[in-house]
Amino acid sequence: MTSETVDRVLDTPVHRHRMPDRNFRLWLVFPAVLLLLLIGLFPLIYSLVISFQNLTMLDQDTSFHGLMNYAQLFRDRRLWEAILHTLLITAVALPLELVLGLVMAQLFLDHMPGRQLFIALIVLPTIISPIVAGATWRLMFDQRYGPVNQIISWLTGQQQVLLWTVNPKLVYPAILICEIWQWTPFMFLILLAALSHVDRSQLEAAELDGARFPRIFFKIVLPAIWPVMAIAILIRGVDLVRIFDVIWALTGGGPGTMTETISIYTYIQGFQQFESSYTAAIAFLIVALMSIVVTWAIRRMGLAR
Amino acid sequence: MNARRRLALPLRYAAAIAFTLFFIFPVYWLFIISFKTPAEIFSYPPVWYPKSIQFANYWVLFKDGDAFTVWNSLVLASISTLIAMVLGTMCAYSLVRFRTGGENLAVWIISQRLMPPIAIIFPIFLLYVWLGWVDTYHGLIILYTAFSLPYVIWMMRGYIEEVPIELEESALVDGCTRWEVLWKVVFPMVRAGLFATAVFTFVFAWNDFIFALVLTRTEVITYTVQVTHYFGGQSNFWAKIAAMSVLGTVPIFLAVATMQRFLVRGISMGAVKG
Repeated sequence: MTSETVDRVLDTPVHRHRMPDRNFRLWLVFPAVLLLLLIGLFPLIYSLVISFQNLTMLDQDTSFHGLMNYAQLFRDRRLWEAILHTLLITAVALPLELVLGLVMAQLFLDHMPGRQLFIALIVLPTIISPIVAGATWRLMFDQRYGPVNQIISWLTGQQQVLLWTVNPKLVYPAILICEIWQWTPFMFLILLAALSHVDRSQLEAAELDGARFPRIFFKIVLPAIWPVMAIAILIRGVDLVRIFDVIWALTGGGPGTMTETISIYTYIQGFQQFESSYTAAIAFLIVALMSIVVTWAIRRMGLAR
Repeated sequence: MNARRRLALPLRYAAAIAFTLFFIFPVYWLFIISFKTPAEIFSYPPVWYPKSIQFANYWVLFKDGDAFTVWNSLVLASISTLIAMVLGTMCAYSLVRFRTGGENLAVWIISQRLMPPIAIIFPIFLLYVWLGWVDTYHGLIILYTAFSLPYVIWMMRGYIEEVPIELEESALVDGCTRWEVLWKVVFPMVRAGLFATAVFTFVFAWNDFIFALVLTRTEVITYTVQVTHYFGGQSNFWAKIAAMSVLGTVPIFLAVATMQRFLVRGISMGAVKG
């Protein structure tokens, strides 16, 4: 065979495309990975660089300041309180959404007339923008013209003027009600789907054996829905840790700094106090912490397989 | 199950109605305020339903040009969704068919979806100031695209895995190039998944607040930022808050309604295949 014929044979479509085409597969991922690096890796490196400097709005001081900003992190009471607030909201809202969602999923699991309509209506809060959810509850909680105080007045039989977004005792309940209202339907939908995939014959067999509901639930149902439930918890968990919109709309972090979360506090430092270098240090801390937790969780759950 | 059987239908029905009321009433309240007259909004005790439906609150938004922010949301969300779908599906195809980057690349990509926006928005803001991209369409479109990509890649990975590889092989034998296989075989096969993923990607970009808050000033303000402009220290512009919120909410209700079949798969990031 002359080299010309070899070329011609290899050039036939089948041969050309049967060969492992390394460049093709890399071209496919290239644009996406480039963009992800731009928003994933660039901010990380840039935060790290300026966190060692002392940039503020007034002072473009780019000299090396070592770990000054990181030392400040540990002395910053307001930051640790914000972290505490964030964890508190997560620790209360997440289990409540999960349990309430599970109860509702169990309720709607069997057929009942109008089931589809009920589900379609319940799902609406989850689709709307969190900032609109916050705005809606701001209208709901208004001390004079809002329906919440009106309903409480009816129930208690005397006029109530509760300052939901100002009173230190009520701001957290207000935020939690809004958050639970918006995201319980999310848990509900996912758990409903998971529950309806549970093997019916297993449940019936257990019932014939005389097993009671709690026992069936913990021994059969829970293990069956756990993989899906774990992912729902992960998604909601990371969403709750970065909670911003609802609090921004309802309290703006107030009264004082009482409801500041990590996101609200970082925003205030960066965009209202213009502490550029310090904000970068906070951002770097958050990314580092979240990367560890999230990567661990993903690998642990085998999400990427 | 025993416990469920013991809950007789009327009791389950009462519980179902109670739950539904709790979740739907605030949405009802938001919508109804947008149709009320100022006298009805600021009446005590509250008016539970308006005497007549009037559109003055919406008319004001259009007259003052505030409704333009909904158009901004539409432009930003549509274009970023389109780009993210194309780039994300290509990437997902490579991850599935060629195992590009192995598990490490997949983990890294999905972990980007779980990053808190606040952690990246500050350095991005400084970068955008330097580039002169603040308050521009392309600045936000690039950011939304990048932020949507992990979700698109993740979802499309699941849909592409369901395409039988034999189809692609026979197309190759028939003389298609690899790009033609992707375009003529894979894309049509995952069409439903493409649409469903696009709807949810669109909704995420549409619902964004924090990126738009930081990166817009006057020109490309989205409706979510505009809603917060009506909050006042002492008095809120209730009618405007409600009307603007409804303007921004109706489109996504309609979008999701068309994709109801894929709702669970979409919000669970593919954990539930339905």
